[in-house]
Amino acid sequence: MVKSAVEKKQRLVLGNRACAEGAIAAGCRFFGGYPITPSTEIAEVLARELPRVGGKFIQMEDEIASLAAVIGASVAGLKSMTATSGPGFSLMQEHIGYAYMAEVPCVIVDVQRGGPSTGLPTKVAQADTMQARWGTHGDYQAIAVAPSSVGECFHFTIRAFNLAEKYRTPVIVLMDEVIGHMREIVSLPRPEEVRVVNRMKPTVHPGWYQHFEVNPHFVSPMASFGEGYRYNITGLTHNPDGFPTSRPPAIKEKLEKLRNKITHNLNDIVEIREEFMEDAHIAVFAYGIVARAARQAVHMAREKRIRVGLIQPLTIWPFPDVYLEHVMEQLDLIVVAELNQGQLVREVERVSCGKSRVRGLLKYDSELITPDEIFRKIREEK
Amino acid sequence: MALISEVTHKYLRTKKQFPNVWCAGCGIGVVMGAIIRAIDALQLSKDEVVMISGIGCSSRMPVYVDFNTLHTTHGRPLAFATGVKLAKPNLKVIIITGDGDALAIGGNHFIHACRRNIDLTTILINNSTYGMTGGQVAPTTPFMKYGTTAPYGNRERGFDISKLAIAAGAPFVARGTVYHVVQLKKLVEEGIKKKGFSLVEVISNCHTLYGRLNREGGAIEMLKWQRDHAIPISAAGRVPPEKLRDKFLTGVLWDIDFPEYCEEYDKVIAQAQEEA
Repeated sequence: MVKSAVEKKQRLVLGNRACAEGAIAAGCRFFGGYPITPSTEIAEVLARELPRVGGKFIQMEDEIASLAAVIGASVAGLKSMTATSGPGFSLMQEHIGYAYMAEVPCVIVDVQRGGPSTGLPTKVAQADTMQARWGTHGDYQAIAVAPSSVGECFHFTIRAFNLAEKYRTPVIVLMDEVIGHMREIVSLPRPEEVRVVNRMKPTVHPGWYQHFEVNPHFVSPMASFGEGYRYNITGLTHNPDGFPTSRPPAIKEKLEKLRNKITHNLNDIVEIREEFMEDAHIAVFAYGIVARAARQAVHMAREKRIRVGLIQPLTIWPFPDVYLEHVMEQLDLIVVAELNQGQLVREVERVSCGKSRVRGLLKYDSELITPDEIFRKIREEK
Repeated sequence: MALISEVTHKYLRTKKQFPNVWCAGCGIGVVMGAIIRAIDALQLSKDEVVMISGIGCSSRMPVYVDFNTLHTTHGRPLAFATGVKLAKPNLKVIIITGDGDALAIGGNHFIHACRRNIDLTTILINNSTYGMTGGQVAPTTPFMKYGTTAPYGNRERGFDISKLAIAAGAPFVARGTVYHVVQLKKLVEEGIKKKGFSLVEVISNCHTLYGRLNREGGAIEMLKWQRDHAIPISAAGRVPPEKLRDKFLTGVLWDIDFPEYCEEYDKVIAQAQEEA
């Protein structure tokens, strides 16, 4: 026991630091950011650590510029990331949309705090859940992963990079103030023990290369600037060569490519953690920090012989429609616990379509939801 | 002439359909030609040149040229370029932007790029108006000139772009016009050669919108205006002050040396790895 603990090197680590270390382990070599509470430690750690591994850190003039620099660095071949919180996340929406359209892999960490506007810089919330899905204009498919512990901040940031590289798309890490500022004892793997995915590179002659090639996988190989493949990137709707187009069939083809590369790979992208669901007829649905209280509440209910299970989405977006449709068959009641005025509860209601009762346990006064509150809600509603 | 078009054609994209989006007589094509000739004179390979632009008439340039090209969002090409250059400092990064793009929506990125001093070459094409959206008033429109959103005359002052860049810390600032094409090519060439942030402001003409709204004539009249109002900085000392009042200076206006960011960051990496 003692020996393995020493080998694994247990450490007391801050959530935001674990996120930064996960990024480096995933191969991130560029960070562009702007200071904002409660995400700033991610920038501070990377300002120190990135040059040690030959990477680049830059503090930009605002969050708009931060994500622009991140996209530029990714196009030039570096795995790139930024980190922010609500107000900065709002400013980044313009370039999140650009990254979807131009199919540029990058990772955006949003350490959620209370809003709207400047709101509560040092207090927890989960009210950016919908902004992570629908924040920028136009049609697109979002990917957002949601850690609930310091260890997961490390591992989910790696997963975010892997998904971004694999699907050539921006991926959001949806953290919150408590997870970002929480310290836990963890044993994080060494970088060489981490599974890392890199973007697919073209194998064709530059003359044949299409930066936005349409193929059966919907994901096009990606050459970087300076590698001999000269191509155009634009946020205008474009054809496979990257040149602007306003031809309806070409527009449709592009938008369907953006959609299909995600929706045809839901089995690979969507991740759920379920506990005690085998015989459950009640479920608590919660993500991030709230999932931990929900787990405790489920244990309390089980002690009272109430058949409750936990559904914790590890990816918030794409929403786990298929899983929920399946599990609805056995459920009378789903309690959706979240730190906002009701965002995911509507998604669960949409999927439920009246099959199960859906009840929200919503808190938006900057305090966490406690296990007792969830347990009480289960007892009231069952 | 035949020789010039031969050089230009070497750098145009064969896959892209022409004609371009610019009006007949527009100055932007002249700037494109000057940039191509500067790149040709410097013997840069197409693979090492990155051209990055924002949104607007001038920002449509990258799509036509056979380099690594990035057409970004409105006002933000300098922020994208910062990421590209820092990631791959061996690339020659040229930014094409307009006066509305760089100084209104992109004003913050502009002054910080000047201050930060990353080795980028910014070609800012100044036509005193928003061309693509139809002739609205711009941050460069002079006092009491007209735009579709200033139908009673512009009551604000326009920016002096070059002074702004110098004040913000840019180590190389030059101004040319689309009339003085030979000089323009030389200024672009010097801007690319400069280690650090360089700005080349190019006075251009939008006769289609600005010229019509302000009764300044067609392309030819507006080019003549450039000819008659440009004073080379080398001659400025010999011109009496009262004759300089409605004129503008051209040539290399500012050229100093300051440590370049990418080179400085290499030192950061060396220091961090030594301490680790």
